[in-house]
Amino acid sequence: MITAPTIEYFALAPLLVIFGAAIIGVLVEAFAPRYLRRAIQIPLTLLSLVGAFALVILQTVRGVPTTPAAMGSVAVDGPTLFIWGTILVLSFVSVLLINDEDQFVPSAAAVPGSAEEEKAITEGAAHTEVYPLALFAIGGMLLFPASNDLLIMFVALEVMSLPLYLLCGLARRRRLLSQEASVKYFLLGAFSSAFFLYGTALLYGYAGTVDLAGISQALAVAGGTETLLIVGTALLGVGLFFKIGAAPFQAWKPDVYQGAPTPITALMASGTLVAAFGAVLRVFWVALGNDSWNWAPIMWGVAALTMVVGSILAITQTDIKRMLAYSSIAHAGFLLIGVMAVGDRGQNSLALSGLLFYLVTYGITTVGAFAVVTLVRDPGGEAWHLSRWAGLGKRSPKLAGLFAFFLLAFAGIPLTSGFFGKYAVFSSAVALGQGWLTGLVVLAVVASAAAAFFYVRVIVLMFFSDPSADGPTVVTPSWATSAVVGVSAFATVALGVFPQPVLDLAEKAAKTLFVQ
Amino acid sequence: MEPVEILSHAGGGAISLAWLMIALPLAGAAILLIGGRATNKWGHLLAVLMSVGAFVVAALAFFQLIGLDPAQRRQSVGLWEFIPGVANIGLLIDPLSISFCLLITFVGSLIHIYSIGYMSHDPDRRRFFAYLNLFVAAMLLLVLADNYVALFIGWEGVGLASYLLIGFWQYKPSAAVAAKKAFVVNRVGDFGLLVAMFLIFAQFGSLQFAEVFPAAGQASQGVSTAIGLLLLLGACGKSAQLPLQSWLLDAMEGPTPVSALIHAATMVTAGVYLVVRSGAAFFPEGSTAALVVTIVGVATLLAGAIIGTAKDDIKKGLAGSTMSQIGYMMLAAGIGPAGYAFAIAHLISHGFFKADLFLGAGSVMHAMNDEVDMRRYGGLRKLLPITFVTFFIGYLAIIGFPLLSGYFTKDGIIESVMHHSAILGWLAVVGAGITGFYMTRMVVMTFFGPKRWDEKAHPHESPAVMTWPLIILSVFSIGLGAYLVLSNRLLLFLAPAVGQPEELPHFAPFAVTGLATLALVAVGAAIAIVKYGRSEVPVVQPRGSFLTVFARRDLYGDALNEALFMRPGQWLTRLAVFFDNRGIDGVVNGLAAGVGGSSGRLRKIQTGYVRSYALSIFVGAAVLAGAWFVVGTL
Repeated sequence: MITAPTIEYFALAPLLVIFGAAIIGVLVEAFAPRYLRRAIQIPLTLLSLVGAFALVILQTVRGVPTTPAAMGSVAVDGPTLFIWGTILVLSFVSVLLINDEDQFVPSAAAVPGSAEEEKAITEGAAHTEVYPLALFAIGGMLLFPASNDLLIMFVALEVMSLPLYLLCGLARRRRLLSQEASVKYFLLGAFSSAFFLYGTALLYGYAGTVDLAGISQALAVAGGTETLLIVGTALLGVGLFFKIGAAPFQAWKPDVYQGAPTPITALMASGTLVAAFGAVLRVFWVALGNDSWNWAPIMWGVAALTMVVGSILAITQTDIKRMLAYSSIAHAGFLLIGVMAVGDRGQNSLALSGLLFYLVTYGITTVGAFAVVTLVRDPGGEAWHLSRWAGLGKRSPKLAGLFAFFLLAFAGIPLTSGFFGKYAVFSSAVALGQGWLTGLVVLAVVASAAAAFFYVRVIVLMFFSDPSADGPTVVTPSWATSAVVGVSAFATVALGVFPQPVLDLAEKAAKTLFVQ
Repeated sequence: MEPVEILSHAGGGAISLAWLMIALPLAGAAILLIGGRATNKWGHLLAVLMSVGAFVVAALAFFQLIGLDPAQRRQSVGLWEFIPGVANIGLLIDPLSISFCLLITFVGSLIHIYSIGYMSHDPDRRRFFAYLNLFVAAMLLLVLADNYVALFIGWEGVGLASYLLIGFWQYKPSAAVAAKKAFVVNRVGDFGLLVAMFLIFAQFGSLQFAEVFPAAGQASQGVSTAIGLLLLLGACGKSAQLPLQSWLLDAMEGPTPVSALIHAATMVTAGVYLVVRSGAAFFPEGSTAALVVTIVGVATLLAGAIIGTAKDDIKKGLAGSTMSQIGYMMLAAGIGPAGYAFAIAHLISHGFFKADLFLGAGSVMHAMNDEVDMRRYGGLRKLLPITFVTFFIGYLAIIGFPLLSGYFTKDGIIESVMHHSAILGWLAVVGAGITGFYMTRMVVMTFFGPKRWDEKAHPHESPAVMTWPLIILSVFSIGLGAYLVLSNRLLLFLAPAVGQPEELPHFAPFAVTGLATLALVAVGAAIAIVKYGRSEVPVVQPRGSFLTVFARRDLYGDALNEALFMRPGQWLTRLAVFFDNRGIDGVVNGLAAGVGGSSGRLRKIQTGYVRSYALSIFVGAAVLAGAWFVVGTL
């Protein structure tokens, strides 16, 4: 006799709300008249995000479950709820940016520069599919770090990535670049997914299960020297490292960030990164926690390489979005340090809370920075070339000041949130008291100094160079974009001056660690 | 009695709202500066309101504090934990800090009110009030901080506000230069304070007063002396003590209320505050550091007084006198618990009568089209009756006329110094005599004798918004000294914060020292009356004797600075620039070029071809798996 599986609907409610809204969004595209779609999609998307966030808060208040939901395949625990909350907030502000219709192509199927495109522009056509696609991606982002077995995780990975591949190709300006980014991201994403899946299969061969807890138990019994385990872990790791953009799997990131519509870049750089780090933590801490002697040295090398590559390559970038992409790579390297800082229970929750806090601070500052990028325009779209940003501080001091502030937060200057993010992660790594990890922290600090160079270079460019006569214009931001910039700036200051409330929250979320 | 332990405040009452004292004027400054022209109309009123609000909070906190048991009168209010356990900012409410708060906010508010009238014709009045508010906020942070870091932030804030206010009329080159000079000279002092803080942190692992002071005895004598001397260097910078006195006289380029608020009543007292606050820990009785404090104090009190004798600019004369009076306070602060109470008593009473004198001088200038040369005044007492009476009261108070403020507080200092060291005591008496001379000279030249001013000037009494602060200040100049000193009121109040001497001083009006002081002051005043009241005062400055020129040139302080510091400094800079260009820049540029070059080379890997990306992923995966193997099978 087969017993019907039990589903904890309340625990999964945030996921269900997002996916439900996404499906309704698809139906709206199918049945609602064109002129109504935007009016329905925007509130629907935003409300579903708010609703899911409210459910996350409700669950936190009602007490965090201690066992995985849905027959052990989805783990809704303290860290998951914190990550969900973070992703939902970041998605909300990113969707506010998507709201800016000037970012998306009127008709994606039209060949760039063709008569059809002209026609679509004059008709004022718009792709409102962007909203349900974004919702599907966000749903995937929520499921990814919560998956408690490797197959669910793979499904989540695909649910998250497929809509993003599409969204990357929808930029209104520089369409060829955008389509190239989309195809590249798709091909390389598929390639890395294959690694992930192959790794999953090998681990199944080793443990006889895809359940994370099951793999952990098998490790405790069989030890960590089997070929299946070693190759499986390596391939799984490649899939995950690809998603966070760690070197040597980072090559896609600058190309994709550059080509994608900027609001989508913001969503990827914040939400996807948070989700991917949640998944990295779950795989390496829950499934492979007993094996950290084996994977920590490899991750050490990856982290070191990632920091160095990100910081050094950013220096010669001339495209503002590419520069931010390399900055994101460097930050992924810094974050990996926290993943390695495993020890006893107290140490783990210290490292986890540091990571969670770092993800919040980095995510919100990133969205703010990309929001500013959307506002500085040339006749042909965003002013992407750095030289165009020269003298911006003289033309619109407020905007340039805010951007400079975001850059300083990336660099980790005290009194910005970035300082505490780095402080939390680095100090947890030092607290482990292992020379090899402390050495990596030293390298990270040096890399931060190198990274500060290119952040400050942009600031110098904005404030100490003369603006060119035909320089870019700063468009008057819509209420949504101003709100995004304002909220990001506020959060960056607030978390830099009074980090304690959010640190406490992260600590509380990390205290229970991941459920097995 | 030793200072009592610092307790952390349990919460409740005005003490836990102490942060409002800083926040209110800070908010005022922010609103006025960010609000821009939109706030022009009501900006000055807001600034006054914020300053008065801070005073109200200070007064409430004061009353709550005196309601407590003396052993509990040092309360620390946690405010902000930047990094828990490493960098916190809290406020210390104790008799010492609250005395300063009351002085700063009360005199500060009066000066705010006075400035409404004084600056009424200035197009930038709003900006002026914003800076005044900023100054009050910074000064309050300085005195309220419960650790050296926050104190330093306030200290720098005060420096910044003073820079902005001295150079307020920056279109005048002299004002811009004076502002820069004040800033640079203060940097020298700040350097001392900063290094002292480094030493304290290295020695005690903390910069919190509550942790440093009890542990101070454990430091070796050498370290303790070094910290003391470096703190003194900081104090000399802010308080215009020798050898960092030169900025104060030039600082008179700022609008007169600035001179009254910053360069008489509050900012220059920061150094005295620092010495008294750290006194028990780093300037214990009989230590080298304390000895140096007394020497600096007595040298400055004489130098300031001598400079005051030769100045024809009424504000510079007063500035010399400020230097000299602060010298008295330093001297008292150097002799330990016996002097602290008198130093603070003199500081408070001086705050009132010096503000009174400066604002009075401002009122005279207001009447005389901003003329500052006393040789062009004369006979103004009938035309400016209120200004004259209030200025005269301030004058009597500062020379120590019996029963007025200065009489009690300055005599108290001289008396207690005399017990400590007779030489220092008699030098202080001589200083008092010179004070009698130069202050009488000032009053005679300004208000008595025939008129010497231009036909075009039409002296008139100032409006009520300016005279009322003068009247209030002069009332305090009469009675405050007696109130603070008689029956040791202030001394006993301050005891929980700074300690008290084993033997309480008692006021003896007919002691030898007191009579000698009075006699010398009378002689000084008489000489001034004979020299400037009986004979005609030339409108153009005469060449003067060698000694007069010496005093007029600020005892050649600037020339000395130039020869000793500026020229060698310039040489040092040139040398440093040379090495910087050749050596350090070479290394740094080489490093930057190296990083940039490797960036350029690495960049070539980023071909843009998806096939090469895929290859890099594949190779990466192979390397990773290989490495895993190596590690796994080790």
